[in-house]
Amino acid sequence: MSDLRKVSSSPHIRDKATSSNIMRDVSIALLPAAAYGVFHFGMNALLTILLSVATCVATEYIYEKLMHKPVTVKDLSAVVTGLLLAMNLPVSVPFWMPILGGIFAILVVKQLFGGLGQNFMNPALGARCFLMISFAGRMTNYTYYALGANSGYDAITTATPLAVLREGASVNVMDMIVGNTAGMIGETSAIAILIGAAYLLFRGVIDLKIPGTYIVTFIVFMAFFGGHGFDGTYLVAQLAGGGLMLGAWFMATDYVTSPITPTGQIVYGVILGILTGIFRCFGASPEGVSYAIIFSNLLVPLIEKYTIPLAFGKAKAKGGQKS
Amino acid sequence: MATLTFKGGVHPYDGKELSKDKAIVPYLPKGDLIYPLSQHIGAPAAPVVAKGDRVLVGQKIAEAGGFVSSPVYASVSGTVKAIEPHFVSTGAKVNSIVVENDGLYEEAPGLSIKPFEEMSRDDIIGVIKESGVVGMGGAGFPTHVKLSPKDPDKIDYVLVNCAECEPYLTSDYRIMIERPEKVVGGLKVVLELFGNAQGCICIEDNKPEAITIMQKACEKETRIQVKVLKTKYPQGAERMLIHAVTGRDLNSSMLPADLGCVVDNCDTITSIYDAVILGKPLISRVVTISGEAIANPSNFESRMGTNVAELIEAAGGFKTQEKKVISGGPMMGFAMFDIEVPTTKTTSAITCLAKDAVSESPTTACINCGRCVSACDEGLIPARLAQFSEKFDLDAFQKWHGMECVECGCCSYVCPAKRPLAQMIKNVRRMVMANRAKK
Repeated sequence: MSDLRKVSSSPHIRDKATSSNIMRDVSIALLPAAAYGVFHFGMNALLTILLSVATCVATEYIYEKLMHKPVTVKDLSAVVTGLLLAMNLPVSVPFWMPILGGIFAILVVKQLFGGLGQNFMNPALGARCFLMISFAGRMTNYTYYALGANSGYDAITTATPLAVLREGASVNVMDMIVGNTAGMIGETSAIAILIGAAYLLFRGVIDLKIPGTYIVTFIVFMAFFGGHGFDGTYLVAQLAGGGLMLGAWFMATDYVTSPITPTGQIVYGVILGILTGIFRCFGASPEGVSYAIIFSNLLVPLIEKYTIPLAFGKAKAKGGQKS
Repeated sequence: MATLTFKGGVHPYDGKELSKDKAIVPYLPKGDLIYPLSQHIGAPAAPVVAKGDRVLVGQKIAEAGGFVSSPVYASVSGTVKAIEPHFVSTGAKVNSIVVENDGLYEEAPGLSIKPFEEMSRDDIIGVIKESGVVGMGGAGFPTHVKLSPKDPDKIDYVLVNCAECEPYLTSDYRIMIERPEKVVGGLKVVLELFGNAQGCICIEDNKPEAITIMQKACEKETRIQVKVLKTKYPQGAERMLIHAVTGRDLNSSMLPADLGCVVDNCDTITSIYDAVILGKPLISRVVTISGEAIANPSNFESRMGTNVAELIEAAGGFKTQEKKVISGGPMMGFAMFDIEVPTTKTTSAITCLAKDAVSESPTTACINCGRCVSACDEGLIPARLAQFSEKFDLDAFQKWHGMECVECGCCSYVCPAKRPLAQMIKNVRRMVMANRAKK
């Protein structure tokens, strides 16, 4: 008998996809938005992104080493968290904020709950909300330096389009779609985010169930409660503004913190749309995506419990026939 | 006509080009033949020979041990050497009759049959029962039981399962190419039992030659048609096949007959033909020996009880180090620790892989990606079921419909974290079934 012959339970073959392939795809999909952020906000944005990614990876590595656990940084999930966190920060933040945020995201939100697959809340968003609550002033300072016509860089201090909208003033929707506005590093360009989202859809990493229902529910909610009715410009501005695009395509779709049941994903999308609408229309801040997502994260076990799918053949009555 | 299919499933590399063009070659065994008394679902067969008896080809050596049981026939002539427990391909030890082959192949008289036209329903089922035919697709359910539903007039479909969705397997394909008249003939025998039924020969669309040949073979038959199915694993699973062809959905509380269907595997149907029309008991079947580790992948007409190692040798032996030898195909087959085991009525293939994906893919944490959900043809949430399995939470497992699993293995196949989901689910299913049996 050969020593090299293996015995295990069926099936004996495996698909090529691995968790790190998936995380790599998500990282690739985030690059257009990150690149636009660097182009638009300057080299400080790049520095923030690098610091954030490095901190997340290092935190995961050190924690796992200290705890004598297998080191899992190769699965690239910490890279995704780092990228997402940086994209959720304004370019004006001091260098220690992405570091503090990265440590919080990986250590508190992810590792203390058991590491990859066990966290109940999106780590990047958890860190964003932690920083937002702790350092509200710094996190809402949207001053940035844009390329000036003559004298190099000019400081631009401006409100985000959502804040402008809230005051009742008008916004340039085209600028918002392209991303030529104030905001978080990776949030401003709807086009860059959609390019990444299209890549994820094409690669089969995400499907439309969560982002689709999220966006549709949000539009309907805003049409009824936004105070502008079915005003196309207003609705597009709400969609392209703030964290909605990044949130819907990249953070609401986070596997670990969203429901696994197909019906549950639709329910989750609807809840996200309604919560975001409520926070944006009636909340204290013009933005509400991150709170909507982390709040919905907490509802996931409950949603799953009530959306257990019927098994094949259980849905129809005995002897039921296709019409 | 739209191609028929089902929801879920996977598309593994099918490996069929290795052996699909190899004609079926009869193989005459050299060593001892081993006949396990349990090659079917149900009561073990009871030996009717004793140590030292001379047996002939086609002689009954064990009779059915009950209604849900099946007799066993000798496939060679020779002397009964022993009746003792022996390992089979599933790793179980089964009481078996060992026959020393004298190489003469002296034949016993066949089954006593009337001309087909004169046979009554009971005659036909009686011959099938006597011939030892069981479901040869893998389950081994005695065919005469399947053909005796409470109300035969309610059966409106007889499906011949020629999907052969398991990678590497080509035995059904070769039967369709080389013996189409037997497939049609066997189906006509079964249709004789079910007056209101139409016969469907169900083939996946990756076998165009077989489709053409079978269409030609049944063009004059008014009650038989060929159904073309989309190529996708597990199209050949009974529930998926019935769904694709009839749109009816079967669950674990029903039998196909409850939905008016009888499903038989391709080789089972030809064995019915051999028994009822030719009076031959079941003594051989087509076995594919294939996989990247095999020098000369082949399809053999192999006598029951033939040693697997002998068949591998007949297919040129191993050309590289074999990493895994599987009885059946790579999705649902059994990995064997020893190849010195007999082929049985349900051995459709021996797949020898040069690479073992399972031991080469370390398991990582579940990331809740939901690929197993998309792949599950039963509409289950394998990732959750596996979690309940780890916690031995049998109640939650059943609440999430874990008992509906058909163990097709699609979830384990697609899992990017390489978690053995199907195995974890299987474990708990066994535990739940054992608990139910206790009550």
